[in-house]
Amino acid sequence: MVVGSSDDVDRIFGALADPTRRDIVSRVLRRESSVSSLARGYAMSFAAVQKHVAVLERAGLVMKERRGREQIVRGDVVSIRAASRLLEEYEEMWRGRIGRIEALLDDVADEQAKEMHDDRGQH
Amino acid sequence: MTVVSIEQDKEGLNFTIVAEFSAPPARVWQIWSDPRQLEHWWGPPTWPATFERHELTPGGSSSYYMTGPEGEKPRGWWKVRSVDEPRSLEFDDGFSTNDGAPDPNMPTIRIRVELDEHGAGTRMTIRSSFETLEQMQQLVDMGMVEGMSAAMGQIDDVLAA
Repeated sequence: MVVGSSDDVDRIFGALADPTRRDIVSRVLRRESSVSSLARGYAMSFAAVQKHVAVLERAGLVMKERRGREQIVRGDVVSIRAASRLLEEYEEMWRGRIGRIEALLDDVADEQAKEMHDDRGQH
Repeated sequence: MTVVSIEQDKEGLNFTIVAEFSAPPARVWQIWSDPRQLEHWWGPPTWPATFERHELTPGGSSSYYMTGPEGEKPRGWWKVRSVDEPRSLEFDDGFSTNDGAPDPNMPTIRIRVELDEHGAGTRMTIRSSFETLEQMQQLVDMGMVEGMSAAMGQIDDVLAA
């Protein structure tokens, strides 16, 4: 899925707002898994896990396919990267700003320390 | 790095970053209140900001532009909502059209800054709220933010030196 409209983005963030769904995404990104084996990992019913998978599927974060009796779930790496990119960019901007604030505060502290030192030197 | 935590809350509409500095709140307040100090950090080295107006009072406004490597001059504004020196500050940050008027087609972000004493220093919490995810996407699509993150490598070099 290509992330295009804001509806897509809303669905992605909505899907990732739930901790169980985030956990499912991280599991199936590492290794594809059947819905039933996923369900064994959580203290909730098979139906509840299946619902979470359906939300993730609608958001385009995972893909589901039937193999024999099993439903196999895989993570959609492209969509997941596109979603996290938005917040990462914003985070990077603030990390940059805070790095510059730190440098600014340090510079002034250095100058003040130097002035105090110079003052002492004169007296 | 002084960043101590980063948190995105439900549905990604809020972003909170917490940083600690060794300077006390009264000193950290100046990097927000003094436009000459604000200019040192608001924009990245490749897009420095120039504040032409900076009124840090409730209802006050600020007007600034950034200067890009090709001489581009995107303009921005702040509308100050609350000020409690040296503890907290809340303002809306948006983009302006070339004549300096707020551009209604561009995203607006509400930013709340809190400065708390932390030992002899300061813990600064900055919370950014977006009205819609579309706004957030728009901000990133504009390339402004990407331009900023491109400058990150340089900043790290400066800090490491």
